[in-house]
Amino acid sequence: MIASMTAPALEIRGLARNFGALAVARHIDLVLERGARHALIGPNGAGKTTLVNLITGVLKPSAGRVLLDGDDVTGLPQAARARRGIARTFQINQLFRGLTVLENVCLAVAERTGAARRMFPSVRRDAAMIDEALAQLDGLRLAGDALVPVRELPYGRQRLVEIALALAQRPRVLLLDEPAAGVPSAESHLILDVVASLDPDIAVLIIEHDMDVVFRFARRISVLVAGAVMTEGTPEEIRADPRVRAVYLGESGDRHG
Amino acid sequence: MAATDEIAVAARARRFLAAHARLRPTEALPWLVAVAAFFVFPDRLTFGSQVLVMALFALSLDLVLGYAGILTLGHAAFFGIGAYTVGLLAARLDWTEPLTGLLAAATCAGFAGALSGVVLLRYRGLTLLVLTLSTTFILQEFGNVFDRVTGGYDGLPGLSFSPVLGVFDYDLFGRTAYLYALAVLFVCFCLARAIVVSPFGRSLVGIRENTARMHSIGAPVHGRLLVAYTVSAALAGVAGALHAHTNAFVTLSVFDFENSAGVLVMLILGGTGRLYGAFWGAVVYMVLQDSLAKFSPAFWQAGVGLLLIVTVLFARAGILGLVEAAGRRLRGGGP
Amino acid sequence: MPPLANIVVSILFDGLAYAMVLFIVSVGLSVTMGLMGFVNLAHGAFAMAGGYLTVSLTRSMGVPFLGALVIAVIAIAAVSVVFERTLYRRLYRASELDQVLLTIGLTFLAIAAFTWVYGPVPQSVRLPDYLAGQIDAGFRTFPTYRVFIIAVGLALVTVLWFAFERTLLGAKIRAAVDNRRMAQSVGIDVDRLFTLTFAVGSGLAALGGGLALQLFGMTPSFAVVYLVFFLLVVAVGGLGSLKGTLAAALVLGICDTAGKYLFAGAGGFIIYAVAIAILLARPAGLHGRD
Repeated sequence: MIASMTAPALEIRGLARNFGALAVARHIDLVLERGARHALIGPNGAGKTTLVNLITGVLKPSAGRVLLDGDDVTGLPQAARARRGIARTFQINQLFRGLTVLENVCLAVAERTGAARRMFPSVRRDAAMIDEALAQLDGLRLAGDALVPVRELPYGRQRLVEIALALAQRPRVLLLDEPAAGVPSAESHLILDVVASLDPDIAVLIIEHDMDVVFRFARRISVLVAGAVMTEGTPEEIRADPRVRAVYLGESGDRHG
Repeated sequence: MAATDEIAVAARARRFLAAHARLRPTEALPWLVAVAAFFVFPDRLTFGSQVLVMALFALSLDLVLGYAGILTLGHAAFFGIGAYTVGLLAARLDWTEPLTGLLAAATCAGFAGALSGVVLLRYRGLTLLVLTLSTTFILQEFGNVFDRVTGGYDGLPGLSFSPVLGVFDYDLFGRTAYLYALAVLFVCFCLARAIVVSPFGRSLVGIRENTARMHSIGAPVHGRLLVAYTVSAALAGVAGALHAHTNAFVTLSVFDFENSAGVLVMLILGGTGRLYGAFWGAVVYMVLQDSLAKFSPAFWQAGVGLLLIVTVLFARAGILGLVEAAGRRLRGGGP
Repeated sequence: MPPLANIVVSILFDGLAYAMVLFIVSVGLSVTMGLMGFVNLAHGAFAMAGGYLTVSLTRSMGVPFLGALVIAVIAIAAVSVVFERTLYRRLYRASELDQVLLTIGLTFLAIAAFTWVYGPVPQSVRLPDYLAGQIDAGFRTFPTYRVFIIAVGLALVTVLWFAFERTLLGAKIRAAVDNRRMAQSVGIDVDRLFTLTFAVGSGLAALGGGLALQLFGMTPSFAVVYLVFFLLVVAVGGLGSLKGTLAAALVLGICDTAGKYLFAGAGGFIIYAVAIAILLARPAGLHGRD
């Protein structure tokens, strides 16, 4: 109990994962304090999404531990970790495409509140759930699309639904995997504005390729190269680090071919 | 101004979601038809109760296949367990009271569903298909091996059951059987309906639409599927028990592949994930079977084959899907 | 020969013959499922069609048995391509449920058609004299026909192994089973590979159906009753694996035969029990990848 007041929101220690002979994560350490704004950068194939999968429990680590508020959750399955306050968004949309935006968010609300265990309808309790989901959508300026099936929504709006689902879990730790990926640059500011105005209590880890966004948003940055953390520091330190410039920033000119 | 827009949206949204749960006038139609059939076809009531039994069986499949998206080819296992539960109780233990028989059948089939589901539901695709198919054949072999209890392939003929509620005796014209089956179907429909419009039921749809996301928003997917599978198995067991009650016999052919496939075809014909697809699918399937099989069984089998192929290629949402599409067109092509 | 040893030899011999039929029919199903993930429940119907075609060719047209088998293989392979082009192709990317429904529909149509033409009574053919007798191996005799089946099966295993492991075509198929997207991105035309393997697989199914004639007798329910065993072999073997299919066919064929020899009446259990046990221990099959 006392630990949870002082422990970081998320701590990973010595996390490693091999696929056969291929090490996709090597002894990764990372700490996210409460309210952290932490960016994870690195070249393609560095293992950034793998790390998110290890933290959320999609993948089991070969070694190392994941601590949430000081509690070891390494042995817990994905859903149990989600219920303890880890939420994520996906690099490629993972939505309930045939359902409306509102129903999408309601599913997440129902899981968090435990309503999803209820096997009978209840007008009063369903209304509370819907109101909460609508409030969530309103905060993201999605309320107007509440009754539109997700598959009929433009891609940029779908990316916002990704975030809405994660936020509906009321997470303490939020992992954003390239939230603006695939969105036309004219619309990406909508998503980045949402990211910038997230609840300051939530610890956020963001994977992002756009360096402007990273340096504007993050208070700390980790650079992941070939499955290992090459360096970690403040944006100023990272910007000044010649190794980072060499492996990552140096190639940014030809990254988007 | 924006505020009034949002209030309007909120009100619409609440009505929209409540509409899932609210009874629509069209939902009375199947029941009106079923009651009307009782008066219009007094000499076809035995056939009528078979239709109702299959509608219940298809409804049970809709819960797992249509809502939760579990692809099974072995649902006849639970139908058979239900049928043999009341059959054996009546034939071997002289337990002939029908309503407690239904409960016993639901319990046995539900238990079998939970037990097999713990293992089976961890699999998907071909493996799940093969495992569900095999389970059914194992039960059939099991019944065959213990033929001194089960009657083997001859089954349990000439079962007799006590009057329903101690009052209504099974008559020669099938009137009691029909009304009894209709009442049980109605109760089971109400139960299934409550489940699918509940948050639990919506979470099953979520699992069907995107299992990975359900895991990541914290849903205990395996547990949810297991509950759904157990409830569905229990309902299939009730259908099997009704089958035994209304026919007064059971044979091992309840475990045939044709039974598992037949109920699947009914559900597909009617439309999956719509509850009432099970009802209309069973009606159309059974009536077609009844009229085509008169010419020859092969004729009927060809008919089912063609129907399936045409449905899959051109009317994947089934009869109810076609009706819905026609309704939308009539209202002026809006969404 | 002592009675126990005699039974063991009988089980192994009959089991081997049965396993060869299972292998010949299932191998095509395994490869096409591995390639495209297409759940083809009509595979048993192709085997049945091969069996009935063999019956008609030998009986009504006087074609010699071996010639009839060859014609059946070619004819069914050709017919299967028509189905693949017109129906299967539309559902490559559809859900498993849709594929299951379409192919169950085809199976029902086939059962109806063959019931119409041949009736429900089991059909068989008169074997040529050189296949009909017994072969004396010194310590006991073996039915020539089963020896023939085993020989054909082993020959096919060799040919298929060579084609799979030693030819460019085989390498392409293995690559596509392993990772379809990757294979496509390096220029392998997976759709054409699928058509080809589908044709070969259906032809082999027809051969299996023709060979099975004298073992089980051919009835219209063949397409459903034996389908379960073919699916078991594919699932237990692991999708798209030649070695796995062979291993699964051997294990299941011999276990099933043993069950029927040793526990008359109860033996039907064994094949399912063994298959389920293997699948629980190895969900992706004997040679599958997780």
